[in-house]
Amino acid sequence: MSPNFHIAFRFLTAKKRAMLMSLSCTVLGVGLFIVTQATTSGFEEFFIKTILGTNGALRIDDKIQDTMRSMNAGGGSDFLVSHREGVKYIQGVEEPKRVIAGLNDFANVSGTSAVLQGNVLVRSSFKNETAQVFGINLDEHLKVSDLRSQIVQGDISTFREAPTGALMGKVLAERLQLDVGNSFILDYQGELRRYRVSAIYETGVTDIDKVRVYVHMNEARSLLKKPIGVTFIQVNLFNKDRAVEDAFQMQEVLKHSAQAWQDREKSWLSAFHALSVSSAITVSVFTLIAGLAMFNTLAMIVLEKTKDIAILRSMGYERRDITRIFLWQAAIVLAIGAIVGALIGVVGTFAVSKIPLPINGIFKTETFQVSWNGWHYVEAVLTAAIMVMAASIIPARRAARLEPGDIVRGTAQ
Amino acid sequence: MLRCSDLNRYLGQGEGRVHVLKGVSFEARRGQVYAIVGPSGCGKSTLLYLLGLLDQPDGGEIAINGQVMSNNDDAARTAARGAHIGFVFQFHFLMLEFSALENVMMPMRKLAKLTPAEMTARAHELLTSVGLGDKTHRLGTQLSGGEQQRVAVARALANEPSIILADEPTGNLDVKNSTMVFDLLTRLAKDHGQAVVLVTHNPEIANRCDSVRPMRDGLFV
Ligand SMILES: Nc1ncnc2c1ncn2[C@@H]1O[C@H](COP(=O)(O)OP(=O)(O)OP(=O)(O)O)[C@@H](O)[C@H]1O
Ligand SMILES: [Mg+2]
Repeated sequence: MSPNFHIAFRFLTAKKRAMLMSLSCTVLGVGLFIVTQATTSGFEEFFIKTILGTNGALRIDDKIQDTMRSMNAGGGSDFLVSHREGVKYIQGVEEPKRVIAGLNDFANVSGTSAVLQGNVLVRSSFKNETAQVFGINLDEHLKVSDLRSQIVQGDISTFREAPTGALMGKVLAERLQLDVGNSFILDYQGELRRYRVSAIYETGVTDIDKVRVYVHMNEARSLLKKPIGVTFIQVNLFNKDRAVEDAFQMQEVLKHSAQAWQDREKSWLSAFHALSVSSAITVSVFTLIAGLAMFNTLAMIVLEKTKDIAILRSMGYERRDITRIFLWQAAIVLAIGAIVGALIGVVGTFAVSKIPLPINGIFKTETFQVSWNGWHYVEAVLTAAIMVMAASIIPARRAARLEPGDIVRGTAQ
Repeated sequence: MLRCSDLNRYLGQGEGRVHVLKGVSFEARRGQVYAIVGPSGCGKSTLLYLLGLLDQPDGGEIAINGQVMSNNDDAARTAARGAHIGFVFQFHFLMLEFSALENVMMPMRKLAKLTPAEMTARAHELLTSVGLGDKTHRLGTQLSGGEQQRVAVARALANEPSIILADEPTGNLDVKNSTMVFDLLTRLAKDHGQAVVLVTHNPEIANRCDSVRPMRDGLFV
């Protein structure tokens, strides 16, 4: 044990009560920082999991018009041509097979699902609702979504075996008062076809659950009168964090617009980010108070210990030894505060994860979502360390500047 | 060994500014014990602080082992204090949160020339030589004023300094203990060739020193 540390420790133990304020604020600051970060990022991660499980990591849609070729797009098909940011797009994916083959060349792609989408009217015996029909190949789609686990009523194998079966969102089914086994009619521009509810799913995302009806691809082709092409291709990735880079490359190679989940959900993700930053700032008030209390206590100890400082200086202890003695005191309080605070963070995070909190709309959960992430602990301790140590520098340097001669004569201010 | 010439020191500010030391010259040699005597307020402590490099003179210079230290920077003076000087203060002697043993070890730990075991052994030895061998683990707060003073003497000797400066080291002690402390200091001077400069109001102690320097109004007379 270095003599400076030893002296710091003794000074500190003689002033336990004065240090308690700073210590308890450090504990609170670190603990609450961890808990708030664990919950905000817990909800964020849960949101990301939900969107990855519904709309997938990546979506390939409109074809980018080759600028060399002119407006003769689609060759007689009814694909629409649109202009965005100076680039011309042709709506949808005309040649899904070729695009999927291209996608499979990407090592990060774990699954692809071609989807044909159209706006329809759903008619039940009770009432009509506008909705979107999604034509899918079930097995492909299960590889790019969590549809299987989102089923809340009925059985997905019923859908697999029923050519005119459909998967209906829970909200839509409730509005239409449809149960598993009931039949309904999809109306696309006067083309009417009858389907049966094979199962009801719930993603928790209301915008999805109130409009989407999944049917088999060939049914969708007949209903929407689209013998070729699809609306988009949903892509799943092994490493979701690389979606933005992959999307950029896919767009270059496949000449189709490719959008990563990070871009697609930008507004929600930035809202979550803002929430976590603002809660971090709020909670940092505690560490700020810890810093102020530390400043106060150390300044007091410096005043009380001027004689000891003079004795130490007379025995050959340097100015920087005196600085260190006081910084050590702050460091000891900080270390205890960080350890206790982190423990409280662990216990608090666990306790919060048990609090019931039913949420539905952007995702579905029954309890607080928490994320166990070591970085939250690092960030919490770093914030406290910066505040407490910064506040200690002034009293520590003031102690070091004292002249031993002035102290022994009693004229040190 | 220790030499100062024409030391001047003013204290206080503005109207209250006092010319405390008015050109003091002094020399201390190895193996000698010096007594500085004089009425209260004549500047004895002020001189000792200067000699101990705790304070800086307004004029004149101080040399230790031939090296002028008075105008050196703080780091050099601090290093010299640790290595060459043992100081006993007139008041407040100990760091009260520490035991007698820890107080005596404090300068050794800074100098870090001995192993921890050697430091403990030496501190024990020093405390025994001032008659406190059985109270080494008492905290500063649990010792009487005289006991604290003796621990402070033991501490001043810890790093075997070549110069020992003691401001009334026997001020609070009874005859038996002040004789013990004084004998210890003289023995060290004779055996290890250390120079001892002490301030005292006790004529008996002063008479037993090798040299007595009476002081009055900031000057040796
Ligand atoms: N900060 C100060 N401002 C002005 N004068 C001071 C200051 N400190 C000490 N003095 C004066 O300096 C003079 C010398 O003081 P010093 O402490 O050296 O006396 P001393 O000889 O040690 O006395 P004593 O025997 O009582 O310890 C005294 O007259 C004192 O009043
Ligand atoms: Mg004095």
